[in-house]
Amino acid sequence: MEEFFQQLTNGLAVGGIYALIALGYTMVYGVLKLINFAHGDLFTIGAYLGLTLLVSMGLFDKIGPLPAVILLAVMVMILVAIIGAILERVAYRPLRQSPRLSAVVSALGASIFFQNAIMAIYSPKFLVYPHDILPKAAINVLGMDIPIMRIIMFMTSLVLMAALYFFIQKTKIGTAIRAAAIDQGAAKLMGINVDRVIMLVFCIGPALGGAAGLMVGLYYGQINFSMGWMFGLKAFTAAILGGIGNIPGAMVGGLLLGVIEAMGAAYISIAWKDAIAFCVLILILIVRPTGLLGERVAEKV
Amino acid sequence: MKSSTIYYLAFAAAMAVCPLFLNAYWTDVFNNVGLYAILALSLNVILGHCGLFHMGHAAFYAIGAYTAAIINTSYGIPILWVMPLAGILAGIFAMIVARPIIHLRGDYLLIVTIGIVEIVRIALINNVFDITGGANGIFGISRPSVFGYKISKPDQFFYLIWGFAAVTIFLLLRLEHSRFGRALMYIKEDEVAAGGSGINVAHHKLVAFIIGAVWAGMCGTIYASKMTIIAPESFSFAESVVLFTIVILGGSGSIPGVILGSFLLVGLPEVFRGLAEYRMLVFGAAMVLMMIFRNQGLLPPGPKNYNVADLLQAGGGK
Repeated sequence: MEEFFQQLTNGLAVGGIYALIALGYTMVYGVLKLINFAHGDLFTIGAYLGLTLLVSMGLFDKIGPLPAVILLAVMVMILVAIIGAILERVAYRPLRQSPRLSAVVSALGASIFFQNAIMAIYSPKFLVYPHDILPKAAINVLGMDIPIMRIIMFMTSLVLMAALYFFIQKTKIGTAIRAAAIDQGAAKLMGINVDRVIMLVFCIGPALGGAAGLMVGLYYGQINFSMGWMFGLKAFTAAILGGIGNIPGAMVGGLLLGVIEAMGAAYISIAWKDAIAFCVLILILIVRPTGLLGERVAEKV
Repeated sequence: MKSSTIYYLAFAAAMAVCPLFLNAYWTDVFNNVGLYAILALSLNVILGHCGLFHMGHAAFYAIGAYTAAIINTSYGIPILWVMPLAGILAGIFAMIVARPIIHLRGDYLLIVTIGIVEIVRIALINNVFDITGGANGIFGISRPSVFGYKISKPDQFFYLIWGFAAVTIFLLLRLEHSRFGRALMYIKEDEVAAGGSGINVAHHKLVAFIIGAVWAGMCGTIYASKMTIIAPESFSFAESVVLFTIVILGGSGSIPGVILGSFLLVGLPEVFRGLAEYRMLVFGAAMVLMMIFRNQGLLPPGPKNYNVADLLQAGGGK
């Protein structure tokens, strides 16, 4: 039972990361019907920018751990959002009217470009986050030791998701995003600047992905230029699992996938951990392509 | 004689004398180009002609290569004899995995095929059924021999690989202009209209998948015998991306385009070996720019003219 709860908390912590990345996929898909393959690499960029800022500014010594992490997260989110907006402007906007395959290939090209740019700027090796900056302690919950980082990660993802949910549901701009996702033409007629909405989506998604990258760096302690690929694919699986285009779906899907994967690794086989997510993906697309909470995706002609 | 036939013959003649002017290193580069060209041509049936976004082609290639390697190293059967079996097994695998996913819409199919290639790679690393040799792979695969003539040097491989490529190109040209090939193009252009005209869409898509997989599996055999060692990392997702990009950048659905694409994507980087670090960077940027400025590829397929009366006489109006 102890092991079960350990895996559950671990799964929820990692699932929070998947959920944050999945939100980027699902929002872009909702508005543009495009799978943004470069999203996983924006997540990697977040992790690398976080490391650079952390080391170069020495914030932890100056203002203490908690304000430092918050400041760091804000800076990373802003920077990655800017990169996301540039990506949209350069690689996707000219292809808005092209066949879908063109945009997908462009996204893949952007992904390869980002990966290799990171590799050329930093190095192909694993980079290590300074490991004495965050509390390693564990707290005792119901007789179990749970690392405090897991709880912080889970809470942070929940807070970010709640903020996003509030923003999308309650504000005027959020309403515009939802309108553009339903029908771009009608949204234009209602006076919504759809180009700006898409730009905004490409800021919010990458910002959340960048925050997830920073958290992964802090949690696992080491980062690699190609890590965005696996995280990206799994987050995409999470988005499909919850129902792509559906924001609460991405949150539920992310957490669920994290737990499924942790349980699978613990009770089936650790070597097949990565394959479990893909099996979930294939099964969900065959059995219930709408996802748990989503719109209809598969066309049967 | 049609002008396209002259181009193909001229290309064949140029390739046939090519090894006389190349050193061993460049011959080997051309061999790699040839392998990628065969694989990309087989992918072209699925992606180019039928318009299915398939990015897991390395999985079929891997199954062919591993089948050949396992049978060759365990039972000592000559590697070229195993080729049909490798193709058939890859085809059966394709049939099993493609059947449930064939109806998925474009980019979902893409994601699922990525999932399949990753699962195959993980299965190979985990030494599934205890026959794949785990992460180290399989070594000691024998060289091929043709009529007792053993093939081991790069220029001997050159003729084996490009000979197989010539057969591939010939057969695929026949396929392209067959009733089946025309049906695939119709499905690519308009699936609903194709179905309305009496084409069994799911069946044609599935058969296209199987043809591509069989050919990739046979190509895997040649790869295994050329390298004499195969490992899961040779069949990673990155290989699938390269193949996918060859087809898209060369001109999807166009056989000359795919051949040109494999020269550009596999051969050209060798010219810039000194800049190896920035090679993939340029590659990614080129993909984005191509899609913006010329999304039909470098050599897109031209318009096709058919004389309907001839087709009817040939039994096309079943």
